[in-house]
Amino acid sequence: MTNSIMLVESLGVQNWTYILVGITFALYISIAIWSRANSTKEFYVAGGGVSPIANGMATAADWMSAASFISMAGIISFAGYDGAVYLMGWTGGYVLLALLLAPYLRKFGKFTVPDFIGDRYYSKTARLVAVFCALLVSFTYVAGQMRGVGIVFSRFLEVDINTGVIIGMLIVLFYAVLGGMKGITYTQVAQYCVLIFAFMVPAIFISIQMTGNPIPQLGFGSELADGSGTYLLDKLDGLSTELGFAEYTEGSKSLIDVFAITLALMVGTAGLPHVIVRFFTVKRVKDARKSAGIALLLIVVLYTTAPAVAVFARTNMIETVSNQPYATVPEWFKKWETTGLITFTDKNNDGIIQYVADNAKNELVVDRDIMVLANPEIANLPEWVIALVAAGGLAAALSTAAGLLLVISASVSHDLIKKILKPSISEKGELVAARLSAVGAVCIAGYFGINPPGFVAAVVALAFGLAAASFFPAIILGIFYKRMNKEGAIAGMVVGITTMLLYMIKYKLGWFDEVLPDKSEWWFGISPEGFGTIAMILNFIVSIVIMTFTPKPPKDVQEIVETIRIPSGVGQATH
Amino acid sequence: MTNKDNAKAYWKENIRYVLILLLVWFLVSYGAGIMFKDALNNIKLGGFKLGFWFAQQGSMYVFVILIFVYVRLMNKLDKKYGYDE
Repeated sequence: MTNSIMLVESLGVQNWTYILVGITFALYISIAIWSRANSTKEFYVAGGGVSPIANGMATAADWMSAASFISMAGIISFAGYDGAVYLMGWTGGYVLLALLLAPYLRKFGKFTVPDFIGDRYYSKTARLVAVFCALLVSFTYVAGQMRGVGIVFSRFLEVDINTGVIIGMLIVLFYAVLGGMKGITYTQVAQYCVLIFAFMVPAIFISIQMTGNPIPQLGFGSELADGSGTYLLDKLDGLSTELGFAEYTEGSKSLIDVFAITLALMVGTAGLPHVIVRFFTVKRVKDARKSAGIALLLIVVLYTTAPAVAVFARTNMIETVSNQPYATVPEWFKKWETTGLITFTDKNNDGIIQYVADNAKNELVVDRDIMVLANPEIANLPEWVIALVAAGGLAAALSTAAGLLLVISASVSHDLIKKILKPSISEKGELVAARLSAVGAVCIAGYFGINPPGFVAAVVALAFGLAAASFFPAIILGIFYKRMNKEGAIAGMVVGITTMLLYMIKYKLGWFDEVLPDKSEWWFGISPEGFGTIAMILNFIVSIVIMTFTPKPPKDVQEIVETIRIPSGVGQATH
Repeated sequence: MTNKDNAKAYWKENIRYVLILLLVWFLVSYGAGIMFKDALNNIKLGGFKLGFWFAQQGSMYVFVILIFVYVRLMNKLDKKYGYDE
């Protein structure tokens, strides 16, 4: 009886989700229709006249993926201090981008990253190697995004994961194919607003609940609202050690590994083609610098909130379920149990949930994604807030997927077809080719979203290592070292990406051995996630050594380097 | 001063700015957030241990400030060398 009354009074989480997701999708589609691309220039770089603020917002949405929105706070809440590698790694890269890459690539003024590599190193081979690296990095990354779309759909709307992936594919297809970079840019601006609102609202609610402080960034360093006078972090450190975990604020990774992972993520961020290409869309060099700053500011709003959410969620979860009788667990616990994201096995048959570090005695397994997805329910927030999280997660996944698909389609239609296979192709023909490659890319990404090979999840995190090992050194040397020639750059990229791939296959996927080799066999104690740092250093060394034995680059290339160092006289991006 | 000398002088000042800013970038993240974390953790900032705070909050704020400082410095430098547009 009471249940039916409640149903009448409230819309229910599902209906709220349909409404909010429906509104946001309608918004993205209208923007796409309004901003269709009519030329290759509009398709690849949005016409080159995007304002720095719009570009900053678009870059932030492009950058923050399903992983940032759904998984990151959860990863941090289980990793404690170690989670800092993602926080610093995925933000610090923007300093490198702003100071070392964005202004010069904008001045260079082409459409894609392989464009820069191909022209600067006056070589089709260099361009081909760059196309290969761009496709490898972008495909590993985009498969994860499509999967993310499917997961959000299935968890919130109770449709099949595959149906979710297909709905996501259709939406992305519509606005990426129609609008190209122009459509993507303005939908990403809208998606940034949706995702940041969706992330901040529950965080602020919970921060007030737990500490009385409405600013989550300050809240997690405050005293608890219960009047006990204990600091929240001290309490969590206490709870963690009580259950046998490491102290939350201490972490358990080795110093060298934390160092290497952070550096690999920073450098990888600066080398990701879908991020770099965003800086081709602004008018002037000074706009490129400024939009990097705005992008980072907007990203940091979410990234400084995530560790607070991590602490709130972890404390809340331990307090709600640890040592409580299973019979009296709250409703959200049962609901997420049915999705398999929470599992409880009563090992000692006492009917009480033992959540401890010791694997033999631990009875509770919690998927880390729960920390964001179920957080509003755990904290008893209103239904519309729970639905908002779904809309935000979708915005994050779709915006990143679209950006990646554009890189893939531009690599094929511009770098492969126009620059290598068929230079005589007309502007119109190239635009058709670009749209067709985008369709092809969406289909392949969707295929991987529906049939995820077991290794996709493992490999997504390594896309950064691949970018760090390939593009970053080639671009930096191309700008800052006039003497660098094609022989050095090609050898560096090939050695860097091959070493990274081999290390990944051996120590992350374990394909070379019967079993995955133990941590003790890692080179210098560095995990596959951090190995991008070593592969990058190797790339630099090989490039410079090979360069010293091979001829100087031609005069006109040396002049290109001199021109890109001067900010004025940009003109528009051209072929 | 010829065009070439002008460009060279501009580049030299730019590199100096970049090196100084990257030094700060390195010190807050790899220094305060990673290598000297344990020592800094003895100091408390409200409920935060200082090393932990740098790793999960402070370094990110500094990153944002660094980029905007660079934007300002470079806009001035562009004007000084006549590259502003």
